Amino acid sequence: MEKLAATALALLVDGIAYAMILFLMSVGLTITLGVMRIANLAHCGFAMVGGYLGWALMVHAGWGILPALALSAGATMLLGAVLERTVYRWVYVTGELGQILMTIGLVFVMVASANLAFGSNMNAMPLPPSLAESIAFGVVAISAYRAFIIAASVVIAGALWAILEYTDFGARLRAAVDNPRMARCVGIDVPRMFAVTFAVGCGLAAAAGFLGSPFLPLEPWYALEYLVPVLMVVAVGGLGSLKGSFYAALLLGVIDTFGRYFVPAAGAFVIYLAVLALLLWRPQGVFARA
Amino acid sequence: MAATANGVRDAFQRHPWSWLDALPFLAVAVLYFAANTYLPLGTQVMIMAIFALALDLALGYGGVATLGHAAFFGIGAYAAGLLALYVTSEPISGLLVAAAAAGAAGLICGALILRTRGLTLVMLTLAVATLLQQLANSLKSVTGGADGLFGFKIAPVLGLYPFDLTGRTAYWYGAAAMAVVYALSKAVVNSPFGLTIRGIRENPVRMRMLGVPVTRRLVALYAISGAFAGVAGGLSAQVTKLVGLDSLAFTLSGNVLVMLILGGTGSLYGAFVGAFVFVVLSDRAAAVSPFNWLFAIGIVLILAVRYAPNGLVGLMRRGGG
Amino acid sequence: MSGAALAVEHVSMSFGALRVARDVSLALEPGARHALIGPNGAGKTTLVNIISGLLTPSAGRILLGGLDITGLAAERRVALGLARTFQISSLFPLLTVAENVALALEARLKLDARLWGRLRSRGEIVDGAAALLDGLGLLPLAGKTVAELPYGQRRLVEMALVLALEPRMLLLDEPAAGLASAERGALVALLLGLPASLTVLVIEHDMSLVFRLAQRITVLVEGAVLTEGSAPEIRADPRVRDVYLGARSHG
Repeated sequence: MEKLAATALALLVDGIAYAMILFLMSVGLTITLGVMRIANLAHCGFAMVGGYLGWALMVHAGWGILPALALSAGATMLLGAVLERTVYRWVYVTGELGQILMTIGLVFVMVASANLAFGSNMNAMPLPPSLAESIAFGVVAISAYRAFIIAASVVIAGALWAILEYTDFGARLRAAVDNPRMARCVGIDVPRMFAVTFAVGCGLAAAAGFLGSPFLPLEPWYALEYLVPVLMVVAVGGLGSLKGSFYAALLLGVIDTFGRYFVPAAGAFVIYLAVLALLLWRPQGVFARA
Repeated sequence: MAATANGVRDAFQRHPWSWLDALPFLAVAVLYFAANTYLPLGTQVMIMAIFALALDLALGYGGVATLGHAAFFGIGAYAAGLLALYVTSEPISGLLVAAAAAGAAGLICGALILRTRGLTLVMLTLAVATLLQQLANSLKSVTGGADGLFGFKIAPVLGLYPFDLTGRTAYWYGAAAMAVVYALSKAVVNSPFGLTIRGIRENPVRMRMLGVPVTRRLVALYAISGAFAGVAGGLSAQVTKLVGLDSLAFTLSGNVLVMLILGGTGSLYGAFVGAFVFVVLSDRAAAVSPFNWLFAIGIVLILAVRYAPNGLVGLMRRGGG
Repeated sequence: MSGAALAVEHVSMSFGALRVARDVSLALEPGARHALIGPNGAGKTTLVNIISGLLTPSAGRILLGGLDITGLAAERRVALGLARTFQISSLFPLLTVAENVALALEARLKLDARLWGRLRSRGEIVDGAAALLDGLGLLPLAGKTVAELPYGQRRLVEMALVLALEPRMLLLDEPAAGLASAERGALVALLLGLPASLTVLVIEHDMSLVFRLAQRITVLVEGAVLTEGSAPEIRADPRVRDVYLGARSHG
């Protein structure tokens, strides 16, 4: 019995850590889809780019975690900003099909480039000794790394929420999510706002890709591999809803982890069944505002 | 009154029978006589063209965005394979059974998910397809699991033309199937139902306020589209004599979607153009280097959106004036 | 009440904390010409959305020709003879004018699900569309897509669309909005020429149109009925003038 509880707890921690990485990755996408209604299937590509950059800085240039994180996130944000001004501009007017085509093309280019630069091996951010340990909480031991991921994500989520709720920028962003046309009418520069949030979303994805790589290893197909889970988080959470993504990520991350452990033969069956049921029950998003 | 009626008749945008319809079949004939080492590749193009036609009905005409259309391809493939293994190796019945099975699946699935729209609908199509793939993986005794179905024989077409290693029978068999699916697709598009579907794509609220039960019509369309996709899957099973889990895969759904958008949606012609370009490019480039193929296709897609926003067909239309 | 073509009985509706309809009641005799007026935000369009089935009220009933349609889906109500226009014309932009009208005819003739036979060889649809378009002077535009048309012509196409349904009960949501004065005149002539058996409920701000067309008028303010009466009664009512002081000053 105690063993079951310990297993369940370990699974829960795993699930939450996975969920937090999914959440950080999905923030950018839910805003992109919610505000500008752009179907950006290349979003997880930015996570991959950030992951690889940070890894390369640590492994090949000997940088520490925090500097590597800062530079990789920053560089990815820059990349996102440049691409937004160029190729994404092309598809603002084409409608979803054009966006799907362009972003799939972009993802293909990212995958091929990753393979060219780094080969097809799996890579992960090397854990510094402090994070490689286990922390004991009474009877249970949790890996310090997972605790770090959860703590860091909660802090970032809190900071994002605070920005949304308490700053001017946040208020304007919320207005743009609720009603882009009205927001434009009252003088909110929606395109500029979107360019900024797009870049920030890419940066967050990069951080998730880098910090999460011990959990979700980096390899060239990473960009497409995690696209579907992230899309599921966004759909279940409700487009444009940060809180929704947070809760949806928690729900789906935990369900997936428990599902794969207890029904390994079924693989991804459990999580897809859950998403099917959840979206049929609440098509607008389980956690979306009514 | 006759003059005004004629004026109105001409005001309907339809998919007329013209020399354009002969083009794909002309190409089929040309390839046969000019370069018959490429017959298997040609057959592959035709299979994907049928699949893309099916998707065009749902997506291009009905506006139903889907990332899971491989579900119907796969159901058709497994149905045809199982029929050949256990009941009869007669090929045409195989295609009919494939169409029926996939069509029934389209009806059930559509009734379940077509009340939703947008990203939710896309994710639901994806979830259904993935669940089916997981199911196929698990039901090893029926589907062969990861090994797939194989070892079934296909009888000669019409009792006269056996499938052999030259691939000639498969080629013409595929062309005949493509002709039939194309003709049926044209009939659907030109029918009153075809106009209803385009109306639903343009303005579903107004359609409701005309008294049309929108979801029911979409379910019917989805079933038809599924049935045609099933024909493509069944054809693939019969020609390659192999059915695997990849016939239900996300990559297949993604490929046919890319093919259709590249070729141009909502015109039926785009399915041919897109299938041809994508399959041939993939084949040629993948032979050289898989990752470089990916890079090249990626660049092609990005440029296509910039310079051919209505697909290659749109580009040709603009070029033609 | 029992002979009413349309009866709205004690309908109420809220959007969250906002009460958009409070205990609204309305009754239209067959063949009536009834106008619904009131300042912006009074809940007029909401009421039409409730009657046509796009919104569900939290309380009250809607009866069409004595039949309770409160629980019926919008498309079922249309099949029973109800038709409506929208404040911003709701049409099919990439389809031609002829196709727009043909869709309505198809729906009425229950041909919309027919998978065989070419549309253009259906005589009833082609001739019916030709007649309707001719009657509204839209025949030269038959081949143009709606997206290419200016606003005033789109309003007319929408009228052709709803008339193609041969409804018994017609709901018009601000049909004159955005029309130039010449187009307004044409619209008034069209509305005056509608069959006497057709019952019409019009939401309008254009008072001259209202008083030319309506026999009875209901005034809606902040979701509730302020008053109802014959056109002359409403015209003379000082409360109505008060409520409209704002509307009068800009048109």
